[in-house]
Amino acid sequence: MEITLQNLTKVFQSKKEDEVVAVDNLDIVIPSGKLYGLLGPSGCGKSTTLFMICGLLKPTEGRIFFGNEDVTPVPPEERGIGLVFQNYALYPHMTVKQNIMFPLENIKMDKKEGLKKAQDIADLVGIGHLMNRKPAQLSGGQQQRVAIARALVKSPRVLLLDEPLSNLDARLRLQTREEIKRIQRETGITTIFVTHDQEEAMSISDEIVVLDEGVTQQVGRPQEVYNKPNNLFVAKFLGTPPINIFDGRIEDGRLIIGDANIGKFEAPDQEVTIGIRPEGFKIAERSSFQVDVEFVETIGRDTTLIIEHPNVETPESFEDPEDDEDKVDTSAIADEFAPDTDDKDMDFTPKQSIRSAKTFRAIVDADYGVEPGDTVKFSVKPHKMHVFNKETGELVKPDA
Amino acid sequence: MLEDRHNIKSWFYLAPALVLLGTFIFYPIFNAFFLVFLEDYNYLRGTFEGFTLTQNFRYVLTDPNFHLAMGNTMLIAFVSVPLSVVIALLISVWLNAVPIKRLQGFFQTIFFLPYVTNAIAIGMAFAFLFNQHYGLVNWFLGLFGISPINWVGLRAGWGTAMFSLLVYVTWLGLAFKIMVFLSGLQGIDKQYYEAARVDSASRSRIFRRITVPLLSPMIMYITVTSFIGAFKAYTEIIGMFGERLGPAGNDRAMITIVALVYDALDRSGTTGALSEAAAAALILFGVTLIFTFINMQVSKKRVHYG
Repeated sequence: MEITLQNLTKVFQSKKEDEVVAVDNLDIVIPSGKLYGLLGPSGCGKSTTLFMICGLLKPTEGRIFFGNEDVTPVPPEERGIGLVFQNYALYPHMTVKQNIMFPLENIKMDKKEGLKKAQDIADLVGIGHLMNRKPAQLSGGQQQRVAIARALVKSPRVLLLDEPLSNLDARLRLQTREEIKRIQRETGITTIFVTHDQEEAMSISDEIVVLDEGVTQQVGRPQEVYNKPNNLFVAKFLGTPPINIFDGRIEDGRLIIGDANIGKFEAPDQEVTIGIRPEGFKIAERSSFQVDVEFVETIGRDTTLIIEHPNVETPESFEDPEDDEDKVDTSAIADEFAPDTDDKDMDFTPKQSIRSAKTFRAIVDADYGVEPGDTVKFSVKPHKMHVFNKETGELVKPDA
Repeated sequence: MLEDRHNIKSWFYLAPALVLLGTFIFYPIFNAFFLVFLEDYNYLRGTFEGFTLTQNFRYVLTDPNFHLAMGNTMLIAFVSVPLSVVIALLISVWLNAVPIKRLQGFFQTIFFLPYVTNAIAIGMAFAFLFNQHYGLVNWFLGLFGISPINWVGLRAGWGTAMFSLLVYVTWLGLAFKIMVFLSGLQGIDKQYYEAARVDSASRSRIFRRITVPLLSPMIMYITVTSFIGAFKAYTEIIGMFGERLGPAGNDRAMITIVALVYDALDRSGTTGALSEAAAAALILFGVTLIFTFINMQVSKKRVHYG
């Protein structure tokens, strides 16, 4: 089932009569049978979009199509969707079996047939042996699977997942995201999921859309979006550790950071923002990009060098996903109703500011044996470097 | 040593409560157990003439007034409690769905007003509502061409009087129940309702399968306490019928167990009245105990504690 969002807009009227545009003119086509990720920081409108697709929220403007059918006026119960809530919303007084059976009883399916279906779907998600337990007797991961089973049992046209992994611990998260991918492949149901964790989105989605403040930033396959960000926001949002941002300029067809020549870049002279992925640095003999190493973290085959540099742009407003997940466990809707309350303050996570803001990270091969205090010279891999307009944050393309 | 002194101190702290509870609760309860086995109270001397094991119970159980009182009490409990629980549940679900917050607060206040109003005053108002000549009830029935009914007036029958009483008692019980249910409803996570909607559950199914089970601890609490309260019905009778305990000319038609106990105490000058009162009170105690026990047993199977 191909899903088309056309000029989708949602405006929340808050008490003080100021309007909050949660979703702004969204135009996306979600391909049939794919796992599609809606990605963005908290308050970007991704959950609002999800709730509009499922019908629990009415769009202020725009249309939603399932295939050729315009479902905008259709209430949620008639849309044929399965929804997995962020905190699962399993009915606490019902057993696993009753929870999974509930949607079938509502459509008055024959009891025998329903039981068989419920058992099949429970086996598919791997909770077939827990049918007589109550949700409170299950672990978070098991509850998650029950929620998925309940959403899938009525064979929905579309499966929607709201931050499906945010309530799980790190190890379970890894396991569950593969599980979701497997279930999606086996059922072939068009699946849309919402996340603020770029790693999660990149690892399981067939395609992602990056949203910020209700506006589409970029759509594409995860690796494509990572490798070719459209703008500074996308570049900064994707990747752990995050991309390094430098103040730089273009001069006579060369890219300059401070005094160092980073490479050729044919474009009109201008001040620019330069993003370089941590893995985009190579230790080189001959380079004018010379820096002093402050700290060294060696993990397995990689060494991360932490380097102070006066041209590093102070990182702003990016959450460490690990920290954020504990925070975002409130109802997704409530979260989105107040997009600009305290979210922005909270995005300045202390982790970023532990080190002086003017540092950047470079990941190099451990074989180099770099020690703190060493002076190294870097060359930069051109495809790991992105140049953005200083004001607009849009990608600056070299002249052809 | 130190502990001893603490002990003495703590008894002093407890003393005010103990004295009050002892005088007005514990002593009367124990005393009732004694009285029941004593015979022939002499009012002037304050002594009893003899002991008996069953005589007082036998006397009460054969008293036609007791039969009437027990019947009335049971009727009040088993009609008004389920009725008011169901009505309160429906009203609170409706109230909870009122979309405008201010309007909801307004209705909430209105529904709660009876709770802070004197039951006697409400009883008198209801008695007037059921007045044969000027009452709203007969006026309303008159719209359908039904001739005025003598609900609670001179020599009104047991049936009409009981009907009026039940309407009043049921209504009186609503306020508190609505308040408890409403606070319970507001504590239910909205996501369950959203999930149920997405699962295509109809409104009546959402009510039966989601709302009622999740509210069941409140419903249980209200049911148990309301039954206990209804078994002790007395103020309501006084409120509507005064000390006559029934329509004029049909005195004591609405007598309840507690009313019977009071009535007996009133005649405590008469030989045996005090022991009778004790026996009636103990029988009521036993009935209440049994029903509460049954309630608790049902709740074990039916109530879901989050």
